Amino acid sequence: MKLALRCLLLLWALSLRTAGAQEIRVAAAADLQFALDELAAQCQKQTGRKIDVSYGSSGNFFAQIQNGAPFDVLLSADIEYPRKLEAAGLAEPGTLYEYAIGRIVIWMPADARVDLAKLGWQALLEAGVGKIAIANPEHAPYGRAAVAALRSAGIYEQVRPKLVYGENIAQAAQFVSSRNAQAGILALSLAISPPMRDGKRWEIPVNLHAPIEQGAVILKSAKDKEGARDFLTFLKSSAGRKILDSYGFTLPAPAPASAVNQ
Amino acid sequence: MNIEALLLSFRLASCVSAILFVVGVPLAYWLAFSPWRWKFLPEAVVALPLVLPPTVLGFYMLLAMGPRGPLGKFWQAAFGHGLAFTFTGLVIASVLYSLPFAVQPLVASFEAVDRKLLDASAVLGAGRVRTFAHVILPLSIPGIVTALVLSFAHTLGEFGVVLMVGGNLEGVTRTVSIDIYDRVQSLDYASANSTALLLLVISFVVLAAVYGINRRARRRVWLPWTSK
Repeated sequence: MKLALRCLLLLWALSLRTAGAQEIRVAAAADLQFALDELAAQCQKQTGRKIDVSYGSSGNFFAQIQNGAPFDVLLSADIEYPRKLEAAGLAEPGTLYEYAIGRIVIWMPADARVDLAKLGWQALLEAGVGKIAIANPEHAPYGRAAVAALRSAGIYEQVRPKLVYGENIAQAAQFVSSRNAQAGILALSLAISPPMRDGKRWEIPVNLHAPIEQGAVILKSAKDKEGARDFLTFLKSSAGRKILDSYGFTLPAPAPASAVNQ
Repeated sequence: MNIEALLLSFRLASCVSAILFVVGVPLAYWLAFSPWRWKFLPEAVVALPLVLPPTVLGFYMLLAMGPRGPLGKFWQAAFGHGLAFTFTGLVIASVLYSLPFAVQPLVASFEAVDRKLLDASAVLGAGRVRTFAHVILPLSIPGIVTALVLSFAHTLGEFGVVLMVGGNLEGVTRTVSIDIYDRVQSLDYASANSTALLLLVISFVVLAAVYGINRRARRRVWLPWTSK
């Protein structure tokens, strides 16, 4: 009994140690899952500041931030959310920055018996494809883009009964990678991440849907505004852009050097 | 407010509490009366969903229901489609998730039956089944009602597991809790609020009703035995 009590006390003491460190808290869209891990690690190396990333759906973060969530920076898959925060006076004025444009792909497991590269859209109509995972188009930007692209391709009504909705793009990816769905319309950044890069993918032409503009903003409530600025500067730097590019994000026109720090 | 999602949740909860009653009664009987010394092991297994986060169960269910999982393989062979994203899949996941809410009240009420009555029943020549039907069951009505209602209410309020294996299909797997979550995500707070409030009221009424009924049932059932 005494031993158990001591163990508990020790655990409690240990749990105290992690609190109170000076980290930059970033709320990030689920499509950044792998790219941002790498980006944060490099930024950490360069600035010496610890970066804590929370991944989730942009809509959730938006609601949480409105209600006082303690983040310093929001990286949203839909630039509308940072815009709304700015309009509501919850963001640091002038810090809104479009860091990337997302791409979508059709993704299938490597052993799928469908020639995705040859068939393209038609692959989704194959009998072997029973379920197609997309992000929830009601609130996830990647889901919206997927539906728009299916409509442009003229097959939305045909595939609609096959669609299943992930809460965000990462869950849609998880539905396919666990083989419960046979195909998915996913973020390119997830399709080329280490756990999924061996699968088949077909890039959806960008002209079939409105661009998935992704926006970053520093929050008014940020505890560490200077750290947040350092992080955003890194995101805009060539090193940061290179990482985003390697994960398949299309980068907005390179900002001229003088504009980088605005 | 989304009535369809609410009705779906009611359908799911009714299926789950019916199945849990059929499965739970024999299981609880065995847990209450078996002399097996390792009985505490299955008891612990039954209680697991109480302490495990729904993510654990949801994660394993998703893998089990996939074409490589045991459940998914079997289902695919038998019915030609997978289990994830189906109503049946949700029922199976919810039965597991609500198991302790049905079994534990049953075990408790079976165990509370006075052993002298069971001995008397046996001495008078009643077999186990007859003793169960005529002595244990009538004395356990409060426990049975509690088990039914708790499994119903718990399934009604289930979120995490449904989120992980459901796929959010309207009329199939979009339960009321998922719908509320979606409404919040879409910043449609008014609609989220009306559905959430309705669910709150329903849950309260159901629980209040069961506690009220239980109080009465206890009085009615126990009086003849306790006052001679």
